[in-house]
Amino acid sequence: MSGQRTVAQGTLATPDPPGAGALIEVAGLHVDYGFGQDAVHAVVDVDFSLHRGEVLGLAGESGSGKSTLAYAVTRLLGPPGLITAGQVRFRGSVDMLSATEHELRGLRWNDIAVVLQASMNALNPVSRIGAQFADVLHAHRPRMSRAAMRKRSGELLEMVGIPADRLRSYPHELSGGMRQRVLIAMALALDPAVVIMDEPTTALDVVTQREILQELTALRDRLNFAVLFISHDLSLLVEIADSIAVMYAGRLVELGPAGDVYRAPRHPYSLGLLGSFPPMHGPHKRMQGIPGSPPDLRTPPAGCAFNPRCRYAFDRCDADPHPPLFALGDGRAAACWLQDGTETVPEALAGKTGVRP
Amino acid sequence: MTTTERTGTGRVDGGVPVLEARSLVKYFPVRRARFGVGGSAVHAVEDVTLALPESGITAVVGESGSGKSTLARMLAQLIKPTSGSVLLDGKPAVPGRSYARAVQLVLQDPFESLNPVHSVRYHLARPLQVHGLTGGASLDGLVTELLERVSLTPADEFIAKLPHELSGGQRQRVAIARALAVRPRVLLADEPVSMLDVSIRLGLLNLLADLRDRDGLAVLYVTHDIASARYLADQIAVMYAGQVVESGPAAPLTDEPAHPYTQLLLSAAPDPDRPTPPTLAAQGAPPNLTRPPSGCRFHPRCPHAMTVCTQTAPPAFALTGGHSSACWLHARDLTAAQSQPLQGRGRGGQDDGPQQATAKETPA
Amino acid sequence: MPRLLRSPKILTGLFLSVVFAVLAIAGPFLAPYSPDSHASTTIGIAQPPSAAHLLGTTQTQQDVLSQLLVGGRSTVLVALVAGVVATVLAVGFGVAAGYLGGWADDLLSMLANIFLVLPALPLLIVIFGLLGKGGSPNDLLIGFIISATGWAFGARQLRAETLSMRSLDYVDSARIIGERRWRIMAFEILPNLIPVVATSFLFTVIYGVGTYTALSFLGVINTSHWSWGTMLYWAQNAQAAQDVHLEWWWFLPPGLAVGLFGTGLALLNFGIDEYVNPRLRSAGLTGRRARRAGLPRRSRIGMTPVLPTQGAAR
Repeated sequence: MSGQRTVAQGTLATPDPPGAGALIEVAGLHVDYGFGQDAVHAVVDVDFSLHRGEVLGLAGESGSGKSTLAYAVTRLLGPPGLITAGQVRFRGSVDMLSATEHELRGLRWNDIAVVLQASMNALNPVSRIGAQFADVLHAHRPRMSRAAMRKRSGELLEMVGIPADRLRSYPHELSGGMRQRVLIAMALALDPAVVIMDEPTTALDVVTQREILQELTALRDRLNFAVLFISHDLSLLVEIADSIAVMYAGRLVELGPAGDVYRAPRHPYSLGLLGSFPPMHGPHKRMQGIPGSPPDLRTPPAGCAFNPRCRYAFDRCDADPHPPLFALGDGRAAACWLQDGTETVPEALAGKTGVRP
Repeated sequence: MTTTERTGTGRVDGGVPVLEARSLVKYFPVRRARFGVGGSAVHAVEDVTLALPESGITAVVGESGSGKSTLARMLAQLIKPTSGSVLLDGKPAVPGRSYARAVQLVLQDPFESLNPVHSVRYHLARPLQVHGLTGGASLDGLVTELLERVSLTPADEFIAKLPHELSGGQRQRVAIARALAVRPRVLLADEPVSMLDVSIRLGLLNLLADLRDRDGLAVLYVTHDIASARYLADQIAVMYAGQVVESGPAAPLTDEPAHPYTQLLLSAAPDPDRPTPPTLAAQGAPPNLTRPPSGCRFHPRCPHAMTVCTQTAPPAFALTGGHSSACWLHARDLTAAQSQPLQGRGRGGQDDGPQQATAKETPA
Repeated sequence: MPRLLRSPKILTGLFLSVVFAVLAIAGPFLAPYSPDSHASTTIGIAQPPSAAHLLGTTQTQQDVLSQLLVGGRSTVLVALVAGVVATVLAVGFGVAAGYLGGWADDLLSMLANIFLVLPALPLLIVIFGLLGKGGSPNDLLIGFIISATGWAFGARQLRAETLSMRSLDYVDSARIIGERRWRIMAFEILPNLIPVVATSFLFTVIYGVGTYTALSFLGVINTSHWSWGTMLYWAQNAQAAQDVHLEWWWFLPPGLAVGLFGTGLALLNFGIDEYVNPRLRSAGLTGRRARRAGLPRRSRIGMTPVLPTQGAAR
């Protein structure tokens, strides 16, 4: 099977209930900023799928394309974003990329909800919380009565741990953490199947972050929605995600169940990234991050995008094109020439738990 | 009540610390008092005592609003304290040129810390020129040497670049080099890596450690990330609502936190090696600093709060090995009335629920 | 820089401005006649354009084209002087007020507010009236006086910008390093304000043209001193726009000249804005090539464009 390109599509998430297909399937997605010669390739050839009740953590640093990917999937990417190739299917039947505005509007919030980065600033400062909930509910359920909307809004607030009487408050009367909870409640207002969250807790302090994530996990257990959780904090994702996808320079470089990726990464970037989080226990050991910095997407390196910083780089890494995602069994995949089946894999990347240089 | 030892951090072998904060207080006025009535202030920093020893790294860990950035800026003499003093080599510090030569500050935002219209060379040459340190060697030579000290090599590649041509990590290195130009003895770093990509943070932290080892710098590392504080620092001071609640050597403090707030922080921080998900013992949010809680500022959220906690602010109790914690739980002779747990709390008890979740967030 | 020159707005604006700048320098030398000379003293009707007089003549047989060219120098010069002096004042007052704060700010802001509130045109009419219509007015002096009414707006703008920059980290860093205040204002803050200063300058030049033309048109400034406004004054006097036979060649050229000059400067301004604010640029998504490839004419929020391709996923 050497050199054979295997696309790890639909085989990667943790086992889901039988008969449930993927909620979102992305195949070969390419997203650029700008058009023509100077276009920047922000997302290159990404495949992944999201299943019901699954929490997929999308990890990456600046320039990885993780936010671009999330917005492109929902066609919310602003100008000069442009989807240049690929397929995005919702529930197997709706083609997101050729859907009309009407169809998209029907999908958005009803089936797919989004919580944006620092969205605690997305609340209208001159409008009460209750009114903003009413806006959301009215837009998608125009026949809902005022009383029913108030009841539903109250339920949603209680669901995220805020007393229902806060519906009468203005956003500035709530703390940052509470505002973020309000946004999450709004996202869940119509019982969506998928919630996409882009760094929802990054601007909050550690304790509030932990509280919100605990509530989110409880809600997920109750309502069984899928979550696409985007974060640069890999150690956080390991704790809350079922599976993790690591992105670098616009490409998916590793995919697999969260615990497995943490204990035995198969891609040098994941290995390096995991080695960038100082541990909370154990004797003091000098650690290195990853030398260099993420590439400028206007002038990406030749061959594998990670090769200038990679400890294990060898001749194929800049001679051959960027490696595809190789399926490694057990739901694991890594985009590295070392994992294509023909090379000797260094011990740190061989999938043996606990071996970390 | 026990007589307590006021312990600062980092007083090594009784030597005089290079930089010291004594009982620093800072109130920011919110509304001007009209005719002597009204007027409120944000009690940003309340009675903080901290010492920075030579050749050592002290971390100040806290959330936003804890006062850690204000503390750093007072130590840099950018902000004047409301009361209390800053001592340089044991003598009261006077703001001015000579202070700037001894104490330098590195700020958080790599995109704002360098002037976009000036080259790296200009940024590094200015402090040399302002303080008259250019005698003898050529300016370019000195700038090159600075770039090499922060591992921006080959130096001639960087010397003419403008900030927007550098990555975030490179910009922070230039900011550190600029601070080092005057050969300071103290480097104050306010969240120097928070806005950088994760994979390059360790490089910069290792640089700070090298500066401590090679040049004997006293470093103050302000951060909200306790894991990086544990990695880098010799001593950690934990701040909450403007006060230092716990301080001590890094590893023992994080392995066995003594103050309930530190325990809360450590249980909330991401830790993939944890076998089971954490349970948070406290709820709520940091208090509104214009009307801080009476007594211990953490008592509204603390699962172990007692009556005395609402009455008097606890002093710092000395524990073993230079570790100290400002919490009445360590007091040895409280009366029965004083140690009465508050309603709904108790030693090891759980908090009642999100009743405290109504306090407004305060500006950092 | 090359990107600056790709914008059609900037190119047009630059072209127009350069044309008028050249006119200002070379105008009087290119004029075929002296603007005061009467081609004939017997004809009493303005002549339409002909081979001898490309833009025709006035009622008193003076060559319109010559007047336009000579008057152009005066108008452009006054406007430029007004712009430069007003901008220098605005920078000085604005940046100092914004950075120094305290009583200095209070004082300088008060001065700026006073000048802002003064009604410009009536004040200028009074001043020029006092100066008297005798003698030949100096363009530089006129420019100076006009600038006194035009600096306050820019000063307030620059003060606001400086205030927002005062708490930036790199300004704090400069203070910590020990830079002196004037150096911080001149070398740290001002270089970042160049786009605002440029915009302010261009606007003030437009203001200068308009005001000078208005004052000359009203006859407040010596009417034998040729400028576009003066041409309009004489045209108005002779009722060139109201006659049965419309003497369009008399009032249209100076009016158009003022309009085109102002337009050129305004386009330059918009172009600079576009360059400075990258969000105003569309990164090639709305160009001809993009439309040929099948992209929609305008990007809409919530409908990220998808490039149409033949097949499905690669």
